[in-house]
Amino acid sequence: MESIILQIAARHMRPLLVVLSLIVLYRGHNEPGGGFIGGLMFGAAYILYAMAFGVEKTQKSLFFNPINLTALGLLVALLSGIPALLLGNSFMTGEWYTFFAQTAFELKLGTPLIFDVGVYFAVAGMLMLVMFSIMEE
Amino acid sequence: MILVLPIILPLLFMVVLIFTRRWLFFQQAFSLLASIVLTFVSALILADVYQNGIMAVQPGSWEAPFGITLVADTFSALMMTTTSFVAIIVMIFSPGFIDKERQTAGYYPLVFGLLMGVNGALITGDLFNLYVWYEVMLTSSFVLIALGGSAEQLRGSIKYVTINFIASIFFVSAIGILYGQTGTLNMADLAAKMRTWEGGSYINSALMLFFIAFSVKSALVPFFFWLPASYHTPPIAITALFAGTLTKVGVYTMFRFYSLFVVFDQQFWQIFILTLAGLTMFIGVLMAASQFDIRKILSFHIISQVGYMVMGLGIFTVSGIAGAIYFTIHNMLSKTNTFLAGGLVYQRSGSYDLKYLGGLYKASPFLALLFFIPAMSLAGIPPLPGFFGKFFLIKGGFEAQQYFITAVAILTGLFTLFSMVKIWNEAYWKKEPEDVKVKNGKVHPSTFVATALLALAVILLGVFAGPVMEISMNAGEQIVNPEMYINAVLGR
Repeated sequence: MESIILQIAARHMRPLLVVLSLIVLYRGHNEPGGGFIGGLMFGAAYILYAMAFGVEKTQKSLFFNPINLTALGLLVALLSGIPALLLGNSFMTGEWYTFFAQTAFELKLGTPLIFDVGVYFAVAGMLMLVMFSIMEE
Repeated sequence: MILVLPIILPLLFMVVLIFTRRWLFFQQAFSLLASIVLTFVSALILADVYQNGIMAVQPGSWEAPFGITLVADTFSALMMTTTSFVAIIVMIFSPGFIDKERQTAGYYPLVFGLLMGVNGALITGDLFNLYVWYEVMLTSSFVLIALGGSAEQLRGSIKYVTINFIASIFFVSAIGILYGQTGTLNMADLAAKMRTWEGGSYINSALMLFFIAFSVKSALVPFFFWLPASYHTPPIAITALFAGTLTKVGVYTMFRFYSLFVVFDQQFWQIFILTLAGLTMFIGVLMAASQFDIRKILSFHIISQVGYMVMGLGIFTVSGIAGAIYFTIHNMLSKTNTFLAGGLVYQRSGSYDLKYLGGLYKASPFLALLFFIPAMSLAGIPPLPGFFGKFFLIKGGFEAQQYFITAVAILTGLFTLFSMVKIWNEAYWKKEPEDVKVKNGKVHPSTFVATALLALAVILLGVFAGPVMEISMNAGEQIVNPEMYINAVLGR
């Protein structure tokens, strides 16, 4: 299926969706969003691209294999439990750090965000893996 | 903190194995090593739990009724150790049996995914978390059954996944009902609340839904049809792994739930469970006796033997439960061993069908011995663990004055012997069939070593029946006295 409208849309939507997925990922701890939904959006960006340009071209434009992305996500999610152990707490305890405290740029980062990043990768990789193999048929 | 290891180690191994999925030799060596590490960790937990009582941790530092608790008692630690041990054997067996395409297509990562699900289901103390681990287990096992994608495998896997999904629906609706009524998902907290609950009608309907879900997962009558329809389709190494792990987790969960949640109408539940156990035993073995494919005979046997384990649950005395636990351990080893021995037959003669087999005893007495040991163990011939398992169960049955179910168990034992002798006669003893040419294949050394090691383990389980039975008695006490579990989790 060669559709010029879809192709132009996909070309512009892909970076937008990727950036949006990162925003959704970041705000996920206290507001609607998170790693799962962010990962779905990231995957959707590439599925849209694949619908417009074909699976083969999309896979070439990815510098990683979706299944490796999933594995990486699992690894990151697993590692997010380790800092708590080093600090003497129970595995997977949320550890938070505040950067630039008391200023306008106050930034709270913690291990739950790392876990969410892991979920993000795992979901995105799995979604692409499944969809690409269905679309190739 | 050691209690998180049975879950995170398989996950870590799985990740490593996904990244290295094309390097065949590394996959084989690493999986073997990894399963040994896993067995070691589980054995450490078992030793700790046996000495110091039930162990509970709160990952994420959320206190007991709110967070997800991980709990290990003697039963779950024993199951974990046996599961990982079965995994070691299958990891030795697989390189010589499963073709290279399947091995590099993700067989090894999936096995560790399965082990993660099994371990998680064994040690979680949270209802919804338990559901999630069951799904992890189901997903991995579904892909393992379908791996390779032959038409027969796809047929089997569709049946497998459909019925198991339906069971999951029952499972999750029961969780919903209980959560709506009591407002807690923590199993210990829920059990404590139930003991002071008034108006238990919802609870019984939720328990019945649970019971249906787990009787599908553990292949109890009348929900066993998916098992023989799917288990014989993948390569037999995968079937052996399933036989040693999956249905037994369903049985384990049934034990756990009965112990914690059956507070009301115990009379009804006992009769109900004993009836189904008797039917399962008997129907399973009758259907096994009528089959001619080795894998199908053995698959129907799984069902029959699940009946024995559930019978121990229905008796629900310390000695009955302990007998059932010993029987479960024996079954995980012996059953896997018979499947592996069936794999050897296939490598040697190129078929699983008894009609096309024969003369194996004459051709290779060693292989015959490797089948003889676990088969006689399943049938319950004295020095082997199957005898002790059945003996303890039947003794427990007599002590609890459940004469009818005990008689059924003894009768079933005879039929088991008959169907094992049937495989023996047809495949090993009778002359080679004249009209078909029996293949004269070679047995791969790794499959031979794996089967021999497991046969050795089966013999040792029989020799050390005393100590293992002591551990089972300890586990049985913890199951019969759920207060121990509740107090360990809630820290009272």
